[in-house]
Amino acid sequence: MSGVRVLVGTRKGAFILTSDGARRKWEVSEPHFAGWELYHLKGSPADPNRIYASQSSGWFGQLIQRSDDGGRTWAPVGNNFAYDGVPGTHQWYDGTPHPWEFKRVWHLEPSLTDPDTVYAGIEDAALFKSTDGGTNWQELSGLRGHGSGHHWQPGAGGMCLHTIVLDPTNADRMYIAISAAGAFRTDDGGRTWRPINNGLKSPYELPDPKAEVGHCVHRIAMHPSRPNVLFMQKHWDIMRSDDAGESWREVSGNLPTDFGFPIDVHAHEPETIYVVPIKSDSEHFPPDGKLRVYRSRTGGNEWEALTKGLPQGDCYVNVLRDAMAVDSLDACGVYFGTTGGQVYASSDAGDSWTAIVRDLPPVLSVEVQTFQ
Amino acid sequence: MIRVVLPAHLKLLAKVSGEVELPLDGDVTAAAVVGALEQRFPMLRGTIRDQATHQRRAFVRYFACGKDLSHDSPDAPLPEAVVSGAEPFLVVGAMAGG
Repeated sequence: MSGVRVLVGTRKGAFILTSDGARRKWEVSEPHFAGWELYHLKGSPADPNRIYASQSSGWFGQLIQRSDDGGRTWAPVGNNFAYDGVPGTHQWYDGTPHPWEFKRVWHLEPSLTDPDTVYAGIEDAALFKSTDGGTNWQELSGLRGHGSGHHWQPGAGGMCLHTIVLDPTNADRMYIAISAAGAFRTDDGGRTWRPINNGLKSPYELPDPKAEVGHCVHRIAMHPSRPNVLFMQKHWDIMRSDDAGESWREVSGNLPTDFGFPIDVHAHEPETIYVVPIKSDSEHFPPDGKLRVYRSRTGGNEWEALTKGLPQGDCYVNVLRDAMAVDSLDACGVYFGTTGGQVYASSDAGDSWTAIVRDLPPVLSVEVQTFQ
Repeated sequence: MIRVVLPAHLKLLAKVSGEVELPLDGDVTAAAVVGALEQRFPMLRGTIRDQATHQRRAFVRYFACGKDLSHDSPDAPLPEAVVSGAEPFLVVGAMAGG
């Protein structure tokens, strides 16, 4: 029987939402890790019972939890994220050199083929890898050491490596994104990296709007059938690359605002993409108090507002970068969580929406596992 | 035997209820107590102090005998009442909103 499991990270715990393939009736779990921030949870594509979770707290720091039974039970694994060698410095807010300091894990990306291999994107920005199920972590230090690392400067949300995209056709290629440094690509399994920000323009944020690094990339999405096509939600601007990030062009088109955080791709239609426009970089809520997901069926530029079932008045929530996901059932499901604690689901590719749950703590991340 | 009281979140993490009792040889200091805790409960590594520098986390406090010992040297001897087991050593999450 088909079904879905939605993994929700919030400011005060994790919740697991489950349904059969019809996606009409949902079960909402009790909080896991109640009281802790769960920046991200994600299941292994190679073993859906294997789930990794980033658990952190201002009091007690960072933990990584692992479940081997689909989220019923958890065990803490390794939490020692030591930068490789002498960490060096990056730029601080005032432009002075500042030592790299571990703060938290923003994103966990399990390998597509090996349940014991998982990548972690951390703040201050660096990429770590574990090949033993999260017990030990090693930095892929070629990223920070590629040359521009000492120029990176945190955005208001911190200098976080928040996006990790694995190429399903090339095990040596992956993409990452950092706020506020930009997007980077490796073609040798993480040993060496280079910035891929050609075409990004940040006239309101950077003295050189076309700088090689420094752009505030919010999220990158890829459809597995076309790994050279990437979609990006930048601070402002929706961008598209058709050459694995070598160049980018803007596809914001007729959006009411092109600021936002998440972006995702339909499971079966590589040209169908979703964003949630947010009013501005300081007004982190939907324009006009109307929560609207926008869908493009043309890979950008032409967008339609999806409103059915979403609040169309007095709505002032935000949707964070890791808080949107799709399932891969025949009728693609789309999910997103808000800072107001709602998790909305659509079982018809965004045409209509219902709230699975309305009153969780602020939602930080949403991931979906599909069972066919 | 040194008696240690953990905050609720760390009790859950370590799967203990009530106080933890730790046999401790040698000097009884905050560093030695936390080190013994981490030895017995490896999942607590990094939650009370930094794993590399052993610096106490900013929002963790050490209390004993009605005093805040957080700013004492971690290598300073703990009060005799803690050494004898008459009083517990408290690991406390600092007051904070949110």
